[in-house]
Amino acid sequence: MKGPVFVFAESSGPQFRKASYEALTEGRRLADLLGVEEYALSIGSGLAPAASNLGGYGADHVLLADDPALALPHPEYYREIALDAVRRVSPSILLLPATSTGKDLAPRLAIHLNTGVASECIQLDILGDELIASRPAYAGKIILKVKVKGTLKIATLRPNVFTAKELPAPKNPSIEKLTFSLPKSRMIVKEYVAHEGKKLDLTEASIIISGGRGMGGPGNYKILQELADVMGGVVGASRASVDAGWRPHSDQVGQTGRTVSPTLYIACGISGAIQHKVGMVNSKVIVAINKDPEAPIFGFADYGIVGDVFEVVPALTQELKKFYGNA
Amino acid sequence: MINPYEEYALEAGVQLKEKNGGEVTIVTLGPEKSAQVILKGLALGADKAIHLKSEKFPDDPAAVARALAEGLKTVEFDVLLFGKKGVDDDNQQVGQMVAELLGIPCVTQVVKLEVADAKAVAHREVEGGSLVVETTLPAAFTAEKDLAIPRYASLRELVAARKKPIVAKEPQQSAPTLEVLAAQYPPPRSPGKVIGKGVEAVPLLVKLLHEEAKVI
Repeated sequence: MKGPVFVFAESSGPQFRKASYEALTEGRRLADLLGVEEYALSIGSGLAPAASNLGGYGADHVLLADDPALALPHPEYYREIALDAVRRVSPSILLLPATSTGKDLAPRLAIHLNTGVASECIQLDILGDELIASRPAYAGKIILKVKVKGTLKIATLRPNVFTAKELPAPKNPSIEKLTFSLPKSRMIVKEYVAHEGKKLDLTEASIIISGGRGMGGPGNYKILQELADVMGGVVGASRASVDAGWRPHSDQVGQTGRTVSPTLYIACGISGAIQHKVGMVNSKVIVAINKDPEAPIFGFADYGIVGDVFEVVPALTQELKKFYGNA
Repeated sequence: MINPYEEYALEAGVQLKEKNGGEVTIVTLGPEKSAQVILKGLALGADKAIHLKSEKFPDDPAAVARALAEGLKTVEFDVLLFGKKGVDDDNQQVGQMVAELLGIPCVTQVVKLEVADAKAVAHREVEGGSLVVETTLPAAFTAEKDLAIPRYASLRELVAARKKPIVAKEPQQSAPTLEVLAAQYPPPRSPGKVIGKGVEAVPLLVKLLHEEAKVI
């Protein structure tokens, strides 16, 4: 593999996503193993001031497609710009964060470049002249080791799994503004409608406070939100509470919802059925609060408290207020 | 069984038919055994089916996409629906690959879809919100959970499904792009530990999270 490592650095508004820095850090590691350079591609609007940040995570070169028409991710504009850039740079490896945009874009590129994509990877290794990707299948019950057979190896990286690390000596990347013309498209990306009161997506959050059937009703999630506010976390939910209509589907963690791997996952009134477990079992630390001592979640939670969520959660919020006040 | 995300896609298709007219065709790539899945789909409201008969259950996303795209070339449609991913391999690639091969727009991870006057408005679930995407038809969409709540088939519908037409076709073969070298169980988590009961355990929890786990 002699070509450079190419990383799609996805942005959200004028900033890059954390998952992009994670991908760049991993890309840098692979580039050093191969003795090649790392390129970053950024597509968006108003990204020029942030572009040099990518050097801090290892990019030697940044290709920048900056245009107001690219402010929202248009699948066909992004595909066209990325295809042009990939053809020019001729990388051996292309990494994308496994975000909505990354997961949409990677297969589109692969089919035009006659190669495959290893999706949602949790580990990458170089073995001889091959990229070996480890990726969960069957909702995480199995880890597959996969080789991409095309000349160009494409992988998407699951957010929050790889660590974003700033280099002790940041690169001073060359920044090239790409000239491009937008392709004809029948699609118009009209607007982004933010979910009410949600600052961060579950897949990007470091701390998740999730509530299940044991929350008893939609109004009771306010105690979870209070805990989340104190910790800088995000509220999630189990399938039971989403199907009951208490919470939106975007909050659902589990087999038909989000797969998350935060630093800390606090499960409140969640039994821990397999459908939920597969979505959160890769969290670094799991805390369970449930009044049923027989709940399966206690079988794999690092710290369990048997008790009433309506007593324990507010007490935890108070205790953490004290903790952060003194910290 | 029908993949859960394809159930949402199929239901969305049947609801579009009930509202706007037209018909729903199922396209399935799979071995002889897939006939059961096709029958279930027909019972759930599809009118006919195309069965691209492969020797085994296909697993390479790009090879599946090429076979489906080839099979769809001779089919006329306005709306092409997929599940956003299969819950076995969890690749989440086929829908947009097929659309790229056919040269039609594709909106992925759709939670809401409205079709009228040869135009569609799709809400695409993304981080922290949704993107509203408008497109002319024909176009492809991949279903997120709850795009449409799947119905149950009655016994009468199951019987009637057997009379609906299924056309069998030979799928196009193409080289796989991925090779699975090994399948392993993930490393097990250490067994759970209950640290106490009720509010009395809360100070200990905070102490452990700070000093032992070092996550706060």
